Amino acid sequence: MRINADTDRCIGAGMCVLTAPDVFDQSEDDGTVLVLEPEPPEARRAAVRRAVQVCPSGALSLS
Amino acid sequence: MTKALSDPVPLPLARDTPFDPPSELRLWRGEGPLRPMIFGDGHVGWLATRHSTVRTVLADPRFSTRIEVMHPPIGQRLSQQTLTKLPGFFLREDPPVHTRFRRLLTGQFTVRRMRDLEPRIEKIASDRLDAMEKAGSPADLVEMFALPIPSLVICELLGVPYADHHRFQKDSATLLNLDSSVEQVREALSDLMGYLRELVAAKRRDPGDDLISGLVATGQLDDEEITGASVLLLVAGHETTANMLALGTYALLDNPEQLAALRRDPSLVDSAVEELLRYLTIVHIGPVRTATEDVELEGRVIKAGQAVTLSISAANRDPERFEAPDDLDITRQATGHLAFGHGIHQCLGQQLARIEMRIGYPALLRRFPGLRLAIPPQEVEMRSNMAIYGVHRLPVAW
Ligand code: HEM
Ligand code: SF4
Repeated sequence: MRINADTDRCIGAGMCVLTAPDVFDQSEDDGTVLVLEPEPPEARRAAVRRAVQVCPSGALSLS
Repeated sequence: MTKALSDPVPLPLARDTPFDPPSELRLWRGEGPLRPMIFGDGHVGWLATRHSTVRTVLADPRFSTRIEVMHPPIGQRLSQQTLTKLPGFFLREDPPVHTRFRRLLTGQFTVRRMRDLEPRIEKIASDRLDAMEKAGSPADLVEMFALPIPSLVICELLGVPYADHHRFQKDSATLLNLDSSVEQVREALSDLMGYLRELVAAKRRDPGDDLISGLVATGQLDDEEITGASVLLLVAGHETTANMLALGTYALLDNPEQLAALRRDPSLVDSAVEELLRYLTIVHIGPVRTATEDVELEGRVIKAGQAVTLSISAANRDPERFEAPDDLDITRQATGHLAFGHGIHQCLGQQLARIEMRIGYPALLRRFPGLRLAIPPQEVEMRSNMAIYGVHRLPVAW
C-alpha cells in the first residue's frame, strides 16, 4: 500500500490526522496534509483506508 | 397525506420530538433519494435526504455555493436580491476564491493547533462552572455555560474583546433567526461589519498575536476581506458549539442510560461527541448547492441553475449508513457523519468544536453529579425557527 496525497486538493480539515494519527500530520504553514508514513505497515492499513474514506476533499488515494 | 413524488414540497421544519428531524424527511428518504422542492423564494429545485446522495453532491465541483446563484431553502431573506455580497465570506465562494481564504486559515485550525488550546479551554470551562455553581441551582445552562465557553474561545482566538459580547451575540442571533426581516438582517450585518472593520483597522495599527492580526500580517488580504472572514468565523464559531453543548446535554439527560455509560467510562467521550454530532445535526437546514451545468444524479437531471438542499439531518439518520439510526448510542462508530458537511467547505472549525465538546460535557458532568432538567421536558423551548437548531434556554438543577 502506498499513500498519495494531493496537497492542492487538501482543505486541511484534519480528518486524516484524527483517524490515523501515526500516519498523517498537517503542515504548520497552511494546514495541508503531511504523510508521515507513505507506505504504512499492515497494522495501520485499516485506519489509513478509513482516513481515505472520510477525507472530505478527495485529496488522498491509495496505490 | 402523502403527496405525489413529483409535487414540489417545501422543506419541513416542525418536529414531533425534540431530537428527531421532521418526520416527513424520514418518509421521503424512504421513497427516493431526490424529490422536487420549492425554495423560500419560489424556486423549484431539489431535496436530497440520503447519506450517499448528500455526500456525492457536496463533493461534486459542478455544484456552486456562490450567493449569486443561491436560493434560500426557507424564507426570502438570504436570496441574492436581499443580501449583498460580502468579500471574505468564503463559505459562499467557489474555488479559486474559496481556496485562497481556506489556505490562509487552515494553518490556524490544525488538529495540533487546536490541541494546544486545550489547557485554555479547560480553564475557561472551569471558570464558567464556578460561576454557575455560585449563582446556584437552578440555572440556565445556555446562558451560564454553553454560550460563554465557545464565545470566549473564539474571541480569544480572533482577538475580539469579549467585553463586547452583548453586541455581537445580539447581531448573530438576528442573523440566524429565520423570522428576522430583511431589514433586521441588513442592520445586524452592517453593525457587525462596522464593529469588526474598526477592530481590523486597530489591529493593523497595533497587531497582537491573534488570528485577525495574523491575517493582516499575511499581506494577502485587504481589510474588507479580513472583516468578512472575521464575521464568518465569529458567527460560525460560537452559536454552533453553544447549541451542541446545550442540546447535547439535554439529549444525554433524556437518555439516562447513555448518560450513565458516559459517567461510568469517561474514555467514551470521543465517540460520544461524534454520536451527538450525528444524532443532533444542529445544521438542520441545508447546506444548499446550485448546479452550474446539467448534472445527472440518481436517475434525475438537475438542470443548470437549479438548487439542491442537502439535508444533512436526514442523511445522518439514513438506515443505509447507520444501524438503528434513530437511537442515541454513544458507543457506536459515528464517524462518517455529515454534521460538519463534506467536500471543500467541510467545517473549518471542526477540530476546535470537537475539543470544546470533549472538554465541556465531562467537566459539566463531573461538577454536577446530580444534574437534571429544572422544568418538565415539554416546556423546553426548541430553536426550530433558527438556522442552527438547539434550545433557547435549558434550565437545569443539581
Ligand atoms: C459543533 C459545531 C459546529 C458545527 C455542527 C458546524 C457545522 C458546519 C457545517 C455543516 C459547515 C458546512 C456548510 C456548507 O457546506 O455549506 C460548516 C462550515 C464552516 N464552519 Fe462550522 N460548525 C461548527 C463549529 C464551527 C466553529 C467552532 C467554527 C470556527 C471557529 C466554524 C467555522 C466554520 C467555517 C469558517 C465554515 C466555512 C468553511 C468553508 O466554506 O470552507 N464552525 N460548519
Ligand atoms: S482529511 Fe483530506 S482534506 Fe483533510 S487534512 Fe487530511 S488530506 Fe487534507
